[in-house]
Amino acid sequence: MSTTNIEEKQFLLRFKCDTKSHLTVLDHDVCMTQCPDKLCTVFCPAEVYKWEGKRMQVGYEGCHECGSCRIGCPYQNIKWEYPKGGHGIVFRLA
Amino acid sequence: MPEKFDVIVVGAGPAGTSCAYSCAKNGLKVLLIERGEYPGSKNVMGGVLYRKQMEDIIPEFWKEAPLERPVVEQRFWMMDKESVVQFGYKGLEWAVEPYNNFTVLRAQFDQWFAQKAVEQGALLINETVVTECIVENGKVIGVRTDRPDGEAFADVVVLADGVNSLLSKQLGFHREFRPDEVALTVMEVINLPKDKINERFNLEGNHGTTIEIFGDSTKGNLGTAFLYTNKDSLNIGVGTTLSSMIKAKLKPYELLDYLKKHPMVRPYLEGGESAEYLAHLIPEGGFHSVPRVAGNGVLVVGDAAQLVNAIHREGSNMAMASGQMAAEAIVEAKKDGDFSEKSLNRYKEALYGSFIIKDLEKYKDAAHTFEKYPQYFKEYLPMMNQAMSKFFTVDGTPKKEKQKQIMRSVTAEKGTLKVMQDIYRAWKAVK
Repeated sequence: MSTTNIEEKQFLLRFKCDTKSHLTVLDHDVCMTQCPDKLCTVFCPAEVYKWEGKRMQVGYEGCHECGSCRIGCPYQNIKWEYPKGGHGIVFRLA
Repeated sequence: MPEKFDVIVVGAGPAGTSCAYSCAKNGLKVLLIERGEYPGSKNVMGGVLYRKQMEDIIPEFWKEAPLERPVVEQRFWMMDKESVVQFGYKGLEWAVEPYNNFTVLRAQFDQWFAQKAVEQGALLINETVVTECIVENGKVIGVRTDRPDGEAFADVVVLADGVNSLLSKQLGFHREFRPDEVALTVMEVINLPKDKINERFNLEGNHGTTIEIFGDSTKGNLGTAFLYTNKDSLNIGVGTTLSSMIKAKLKPYELLDYLKKHPMVRPYLEGGESAEYLAHLIPEGGFHSVPRVAGNGVLVVGDAAQLVNAIHREGSNMAMASGQMAAEAIVEAKKDGDFSEKSLNRYKEALYGSFIIKDLEKYKDAAHTFEKYPQYFKEYLPMMNQAMSKFFTVDGTPKKEKQKQIMRSVTAEKGTLKVMQDIYRAWKAVK
């Protein structure tokens, strides 16, 4: 089967998760009060960011480490680091 | 006492591995540091590897490298919602040595290439993140890693850490990139039996096809999609500038699914099985976004230096060539025992004198033009489809009258002057 949604796509991947997030939302109030569109929840290709009414939930475990959120957050409100060596996403094909 | 190397290369992608390979081949002591479980495990590419720059490093590499198919046909699609205008070129001179380009799967290819650097004597260390460059008296003298006691020293540190080059940013070589300087691209590898691929793409044996798709593939936003043939799988992907993605509030995976379901694309994928989904940024700022590439004891290569020609989908070849140029500069610097910026600027001179910067300069205003004037993707591509449909539909209208009607429909919508301006602007951006 060819995938039809993001859950099925993410399910194809292998991750070696660290116990600590490499992505940090610096100030959840900025998301709440200044960012009505919550753009990271739209353009993140792995649906890492989910707005939970009061704070941004960061599902770093499914991150592709593409860097879009660091560059695309209009408030530079995301601290972006690489996961610890050998951790994070493990692409097996392309 | 931590070990001292001649060269430390950060990142075992095409740029870093080329540099490590060439340095080691010239007898230098090289440390190649990769953050992934293995080289390639963090790297993503649509899939086209050009022969020339790879061959400059390893002659006749196609005899042993893990490649998918030599590309014998390149197609271009100007796609609307239920139609497509196509052109392309197929030539069997590309089916024989020395070939023009190949489709590849990077996880295998990068491992193979890094192993070649190891065979030349480079020391490869995986699963290690370089957290910062060690700077002393204005000179980079080594790197700090996330391993315990993880410092290493060298005469030259080569930053091949990719589009997210936190290290060159730390050194102040560039500010943070803007969303219009990077393209967010997502792709899927879809398994399909070899005979099905050959039937659907009209191919024989191991021959391969690439299709670049413009227009409705990005819903008219600035970007492209691609469909490439591997041995027994297809790579299908789509990307737009991050700024376009933000402006149009597009979810990249939904755009990919839209493309997969598109009536012009769907028949090629029918019955395929998704094997992997990948997202990555492509540095597409072009000439104006190339950062400082040389400093005291440090060089920047490949994606980290924004060396991508988006119009011609060239990137990994530029990465390899830049890595090799960096190696040549380091070898010369070593002879002089001088690793200052002035000495290492040999690399910058080579880069700026080569096809790499010349090509980036040629297209320096292209992305900006097409981003600022969205009518090319949004209006002219559908118009082109309508014109073709009208012209080739036999309905008893004399051809001369048809041509008039087509011209009128284009100019009526926008005005003759506007159309002329648009044509001139586009020509200027790519001439």
